[in-house]
Amino acid sequence: MSAETHHGHAADHAHGHDHDDPHGGAAHGSRKGYWIGFLLSVLLTAPAFALVMSGVIADPRLTAGIVMALAMVQIVVHMIYFLHMNTKSEAGWTMLALIFTAIIVFIVISGSLWVMYHMNLNMMPQMQAEMSSAGM
Amino acid sequence: MSDDLTKTIFGRLSLESFPIHEPILVATFAMVALGGVALLGALTYFRLWGYLWKEWFTSVDHKKIGIMYIVLALVMLLRGFADALMMRAQQAMAFGGNEGFLPAHHYDQVFTAHGVIMIFFVAMPFVTGLMNFVVPLQIGARDVSFPFLNNFSFWMTVSGAVIVMMSLFVGEFARTGWLAMAPLSGIDYSPDVGVDYYVWALQIAGVGTLLSGVNLLATIIKMRAPGMGLMQMPIFTWSALVTNVLIVAAFPVLTAVLAMLSLDRYIGTNFFTNTGGGNPMMYTNMIWIWGHPEVYILILPAFGVFSEVVSTFSGKRLFGYTSMVYALIVICILSYLVWLHHFFTMGSGASVNSFFGITTMIISIPTGAKIFNWMFTMYRGRIRFELPMMWAVAFMLTFVVGGMTGVMLAVPPADFQFHNSLFLVAHFHNVIIGGVLFGMFAGVNYWWPKAFGFKLDKFWGTVSFWCWVVGFWVAFTPLYVLGLMGVTRRLRVFDDPSLQIWFVVAAMGALIIAAGIGAMLMQFYVSIRDREKLRDVTGDPWNGRTLEWATSSPPPAYNFAFSPVIHDLDAWHDMKQRKAERPTEGFRAIHMPKNTGAGIILAGLSTVFGVAMIWYVWWLAALAFVALLAVAIGHTFNYDRDFHIPAEDVVRNEDARTRALQSAGV
Repeated sequence: MSAETHHGHAADHAHGHDHDDPHGGAAHGSRKGYWIGFLLSVLLTAPAFALVMSGVIADPRLTAGIVMALAMVQIVVHMIYFLHMNTKSEAGWTMLALIFTAIIVFIVISGSLWVMYHMNLNMMPQMQAEMSSAGM
Repeated sequence: MSDDLTKTIFGRLSLESFPIHEPILVATFAMVALGGVALLGALTYFRLWGYLWKEWFTSVDHKKIGIMYIVLALVMLLRGFADALMMRAQQAMAFGGNEGFLPAHHYDQVFTAHGVIMIFFVAMPFVTGLMNFVVPLQIGARDVSFPFLNNFSFWMTVSGAVIVMMSLFVGEFARTGWLAMAPLSGIDYSPDVGVDYYVWALQIAGVGTLLSGVNLLATIIKMRAPGMGLMQMPIFTWSALVTNVLIVAAFPVLTAVLAMLSLDRYIGTNFFTNTGGGNPMMYTNMIWIWGHPEVYILILPAFGVFSEVVSTFSGKRLFGYTSMVYALIVICILSYLVWLHHFFTMGSGASVNSFFGITTMIISIPTGAKIFNWMFTMYRGRIRFELPMMWAVAFMLTFVVGGMTGVMLAVPPADFQFHNSLFLVAHFHNVIIGGVLFGMFAGVNYWWPKAFGFKLDKFWGTVSFWCWVVGFWVAFTPLYVLGLMGVTRRLRVFDDPSLQIWFVVAAMGALIIAAGIGAMLMQFYVSIRDREKLRDVTGDPWNGRTLEWATSSPPPAYNFAFSPVIHDLDAWHDMKQRKAERPTEGFRAIHMPKNTGAGIILAGLSTVFGVAMIWYVWWLAALAFVALLAVAIGHTFNYDRDFHIPAEDVVRNEDARTRALQSAGV
C-alpha cells in the first residue's frame, strides 16, 4: 500500500499543501452530506437539552443514560458526515485506528469501573453503608 | 508598593522563593551560573549564535532534531544523575542518629526530580531522538510527514525541561514522588509551587511528545519507499511504529489526569480530594493506565535497536522477524491490560488482582520470545564485538534478571511483601538502565557514524561500558537484598545499623556509574578530536543491512537523491548482494521544507505561560496565552515554507560522494 502513497518527491508530503494529491486520502464531503450531518446533530442535541431542562423523566440516572446514548450516536454522525470516515479511506488505516481506539477506550473505561467498584467495596465499607442508608 | 499590587504583579513569587538559605542549592546555582556564563560567552566569542539559530534551532531536518533530542537527554542525564548521587550519599551516611546532609524538605524534592527527569527528560528524549533520526532514513523518506511540527515538538520538550530546571533555583519542586499521587499532590497537602511545577512541565512536554507521536506514526504509514510493505519494514521502524501507537493512545490519559489534578488545585474541584466526593484512588488508577504503556514506550525502541545491532554484528538476517513483529503487536495490546499490578495492595481484592497478575505474567511470553530470537540470531553468526554489540549482550544478561524479578512482582500475594520496597526500586532500575539506557547507548554507538561521519572511540567506549555494567550491578544488587529484608523506598534516615553496609556498597556502585558517564563524555571528546582518524567515507561502517547505511554519512539534507526501491526485508544488504549500482546521474532539483523559528517562539511562550501559571501571575499567563494563539495563527499565514535544492547542488553533492566512494575503493 505504500507504493501508491509515494512518488518521486517525498518532500511533497512533507509540508502538507499538495491539494492535487490524488491518492489514498479521505473522501471529501458534499453540501448535501454536511446538511444531513448538521440536521442529525441538531436532532440528537435538542432532545438531550430538552430532557434535562424540562425534567420529564423523574429518574436522573435514566435521563443521564439517554443523554449518553444520544451523545454516542452523535459521535458516529460526526465521524461519517464531518470527518468523512468510511471503511476504505486511507487504505483502511482510518478504520483500523478507529477499532484500536474503541478497544483501548473499552479497556480503560470498563477496567476502571471494575477496579474502582471492587476498591470501593473492599476499602470503603462505610461508604457503601452511607449510600444505601441515603436510599441511593 | 502595597501588598495587593505586589501580589497582582508577582503572584506568589517573592524574595523568599529564592532558596538563598540552602547552601547546597546556592553552590549548585553558582556552578550552573558560572558554567552557563562560560558557555554563553564561548558561543558569543566563537560567533556561534547565528550558526546555531540557522542550522539547528530553527531546523526542520529530522536528523538535526533527532540529534538535538539526544543532546537534551544527555544534559538532563547529568542533572538526574546528580540527584541520584545525592540520594545514594544521603542513604549511605544517615545511620545511627546521623541525619545526613539533606533535610527532609530537600530530600523529597530530590527523589521526585530524579524520577521525573530520568523518565520524561532523559529516557523519552533519547527514544524520540533516536526514532526521529533513524526512522525516515530506514524507510527511505526525505523527512518526517510534518517537519515543522517536529521542530515544535522538540522545543516543547525543552520547555518542559527548562521548567523543571527552574524549580531548582526559583521556589521548589514537588515533594510527592515522580507520579504525584493524590491526595498528597492536592492543594491541601502540597499548597506550594512544587506540584504546579510538576504539572506544567509535564503538560507542556506532553504536547511535544504527543505531536511527535502523531508525526512519526504518519511518517511510517505514509512515507515508506516504494516496495516497502509493512512486513519489509526494518524491525527498528516496526518498534517505532508500535511505540508511537502507544504514545498516541496513552499520553492523552496523562494529560487528562494532570488536567483534573490542576483543576483540583486551581479552581477547587474535587476529582481526587479526600472530601467533597473526590476519589484519590481514581488518580492512582488513571495515572497507571498511562504509566504502564509508558514503560513499553521506553523499552520497545530499545528492543528495536538491539534487533538491528544483533543482526548486523552477527552478520545474519534477524531470526524470526515475523515473530518479532507479532510480539511487538501483542505487547502493544497487553500493555493496556496490566496497569493494576502497580497497586495490587490498594485493595481491589482477589478477583481483580488475579486477573492483572495473570495478564502481567503473560506479557513476559512475547518478551521472552524476543530474547530467544536474539540468541538464535547470534547462534552460528560471525559475531563482531563492536561497542553496540557489547551493549546488546550486556542488555540480554541484565534485562533477563530484571524481567524475572518483574514476574516475581507480578504475583499478587508476593507483591504485598515487595510493594514500595527497595526490591521494586532495584527491579525497575534493572529494566530501565539494563534495558532502555543500554539500548540507547547501543543506538548512539551504532548510529553515531551515520550522524557525523566518524566512529566513536573504542577504548573510552569500552571503559564506559564496563563502568556502567559493573556499576549498575554494584549499585542495585544491594537494593534487591535490602528490599527482600523489607526496607521501603524513599527513606531518608535509618535506625538499624546493620543495613548501612549495603547502602555504602550501593553508593560505591553509583560512583562507578559516575565514572562510566565520565568515560562516555571522554569518548565523545576523544572521538571528535580524532575524527579524521575515525572517519568513515563509505557511509556503511558496520556492513549494515538496512537502508540508512545506503546513503552517505552524514546524510545530505535530502537523505536520498532518488527514492530507493525496496525488494527485500534487509534492503541495503539485498542491494549489496545484487551489486546494485548507485545512480550517478539524472539528478533533479529536490523540493524541501524551509526552516522556521515559529517552533522555538511558541515553546518559549509556552514556558512563560507555564511559569506564570505556577506563580499565579495571571496577567502574564493571559498575555502569554494570547501571544501563543497569535503566533500560532500567524504562522498559518506563512506561505513561504518550501524551497528547491537546485539540481546543480544535488549533482555536486552526489559527485563528491561518488569520488569519495571511489577513493575508498568501494
